[in-house]
Amino acid sequence: MKILVAVKRVIDYNVQVRVKEDGTGVVTENVKMSTNPPDDNAVEEAVKIKESGKAKEIVAVTVGEEKAQETVRKALAVGADRGIHVKVDGIIEPLAVSKILQKIVDKEKPDLIFMGKQAIDDDCNQTGQMLAALLNWPQATFASKIEVKEKSLEVTREVDEGLETIEVNIPAIVTCDLRLNEPRYASLPNIMKAKKKPIEQINASDLGVDTKQRIEQIKVEEPPKRKAGIKVASVEELVQKLKNEAKVI
Amino acid sequence: MSNREVMEYDVVIVGGGPSGLSTAIKLKQLKSDLNVCLLEKASEIGAHILSGNVFETRALDELIPNWKELKSPIKTKVSKEKFLFLGKTKSLSWPTWLLPRVQQNHNNYIISLANLCRWLAEQAESLGVEIFPGFPASEILYNDDGSVKGIATQDMGLDKEGNKKDSFESGMELHAKVTVFAEGCRGHLGKQLIKKFELDKGKNPQQYGIGFKEIWEISEKNHEEGLVMHTAGWPLDNKTYGGSFMYHAENKQIFLGYVIGLDYQNPHLSPFDEFQRFKTHPAIKKVIEGGKRISYGARALIEGGLQSLPKMFMPGALLVGCDAGTLNMPKIKGSHTAMKSGMIAAEAILEHISQKKDLSIYEEKFNKSWVYQELHAARNVKPSFNWGLILGIIFTGIDQILFRGKLPFTLKHKHADHETLKSSKEMPKIDYPKPDNVITFDKTSSVYLTGTNHADNQPVHLKLNNPDLPINFTLDKFDEPAQRYCPVGVYEIQTENNVKKFVINSQNCIHCKTCDIKEPSQNITWVTPEGGGGPKYGNM
Repeated sequence: MKILVAVKRVIDYNVQVRVKEDGTGVVTENVKMSTNPPDDNAVEEAVKIKESGKAKEIVAVTVGEEKAQETVRKALAVGADRGIHVKVDGIIEPLAVSKILQKIVDKEKPDLIFMGKQAIDDDCNQTGQMLAALLNWPQATFASKIEVKEKSLEVTREVDEGLETIEVNIPAIVTCDLRLNEPRYASLPNIMKAKKKPIEQINASDLGVDTKQRIEQIKVEEPPKRKAGIKVASVEELVQKLKNEAKVI
Repeated sequence: MSNREVMEYDVVIVGGGPSGLSTAIKLKQLKSDLNVCLLEKASEIGAHILSGNVFETRALDELIPNWKELKSPIKTKVSKEKFLFLGKTKSLSWPTWLLPRVQQNHNNYIISLANLCRWLAEQAESLGVEIFPGFPASEILYNDDGSVKGIATQDMGLDKEGNKKDSFESGMELHAKVTVFAEGCRGHLGKQLIKKFELDKGKNPQQYGIGFKEIWEISEKNHEEGLVMHTAGWPLDNKTYGGSFMYHAENKQIFLGYVIGLDYQNPHLSPFDEFQRFKTHPAIKKVIEGGKRISYGARALIEGGLQSLPKMFMPGALLVGCDAGTLNMPKIKGSHTAMKSGMIAAEAILEHISQKKDLSIYEEKFNKSWVYQELHAARNVKPSFNWGLILGIIFTGIDQILFRGKLPFTLKHKHADHETLKSSKEMPKIDYPKPDNVITFDKTSSVYLTGTNHADNQPVHLKLNNPDLPINFTLDKFDEPAQRYCPVGVYEIQTENNVKKFVINSQNCIHCKTCDIKEPSQNITWVTPEGGGGPKYGNM
């Protein structure tokens, strides 16, 4: 079995994101970038399945600018066998990413595709679902547990009401939740070895996919600042304030 | 520990700052087939670097003469200089022509040292240096004859009690013909080496300062790209050594900072709050008003100069940059001297490897270099401030302007910084104004801007030699100054059921090393946390 894992380069989750002064986006210059956290879970799960003997090869793929390669390199350091970097500059929307991944799937013919449930930068939560539609494959989203069976997967999903367990036939697409596993560290010897693993570079334009933006971004702004709270002396005062000032009861 | 994987290199360098990267680059320039490996504890090169920075290009001109053609991030030339003495509300501008030559900056550049290091790392990698960020060197390895064999990287995946988690990854041993320690000020391995090999024997105790830096985006009308301004005086008293910097960088940003000598005496003094209060001075406030603070950070720095510079070589290893202490204090610059010390180290290492020369040639070369000349001329400035700001300035004027650092005597540093605090009962309390969240801020909102994180459930990396000392002694004697000297509020005294407790919020630590330096009983030891932890500075 072959697993394709998609990873994305995003602003590191520890960084305080700053909105550009002109409202056209967020500042990415001089900002630490990392792999999208649930994508790390996707890679980890693929490696675990390979270690259990149920998969033979893991291919990590990313779509983005030159430096996006770093996320593939990291996947290689924790256990992926080889990488693909589809180069494209500027903002790229989930639909375009899905179409690019569809081309990669045509070429690589994987049995499973893993990726994070959503990216922490745009929070779209669309790429996995769109790719499933394009390929006409079954999908299991928000996976917090995956069991590989002969010709299917049993996947536990994190849903609003609790946990839902479904079975999907292989080939399938799984989008991974943070609860799925604890990603391992890339050890120094493995990072050294990963430097020698191959990463194939493909230009998005060579795949014949239209990556033009379809969504017009009107404005990006910071959430309004929360006002400081006050302390009330008694329940009566609280009720009074809720009634007369906040007018919520 | 014998089950760790081992890699052999010609040279292993600990630390990806200006000194370590310059060592690496110079080594590969001299002999391209050397195997050179550089480790950095931050998640990426530059993420733990913090500096003013007004950059003198002298060392870089020697190392990479065509740096202007290689897209280096050195762009903003200093166009104007100011020096102000601050009173509480007034300020007195000091004519720049009356400043000692070492404090004149017209040939220098305003840069982000973090970005310079990222660029240097690219140059090093293109020469074949193997750079591994996210891997702290946590342990020195020795050969049977006592010489340094190399280092081991930190184990990853230990829980709070030090037990192995499922994700445990053992550290790795890196052995080298020569190991170069370039950890910066108060490097935790450098500190061990200085002690073990008695490198500071016959030297004055090292002197340190704590430096704060904020980056502000200010309104166009207040911004003057290329302007460099320094201040002395308020809010510090005559006895406390320190001053500020304000550098107008590109993109409407200013680098605003404050440095305070860690030899201060009053345990009630809070360096962080002095910096915050400094910003309320009319001369500063008018520049940042209407602007926005976008970054914050702090780091200890070396102030001891030549008198405190330890021996920089030992069997199998060298110290470079501020792991030894090459900063030029009156010049307020250490990047160029750190780089040059690394370049000299590289030359010495090559002669050691290829001609079997003793590593002591490093010191011989260093003493013949312009770095030594600079530090020698600068040596009397900092100790003269022991007489107070006013006498210090008068002496410095005579020493630096009339004699150009050539007075026939050398003043001494008498005390280590942890010995200078007086009892809290003898010293006046300081009433700091509350932050207004516009110009001044508290530590909590500040640490947020540093992007600092350490994986939770890992051993605390701030070790107490005696866990009871803070409550049983330091609290009573000094009102536990760790609550105030830590720039991010790692240390707190909490009261629970009338019992006082010393709390260490180590996940907030920005690796400045101030606690390791200033704790009056030297009770706190800073060790490396799990790799990649700590701040994630951008263009600091």
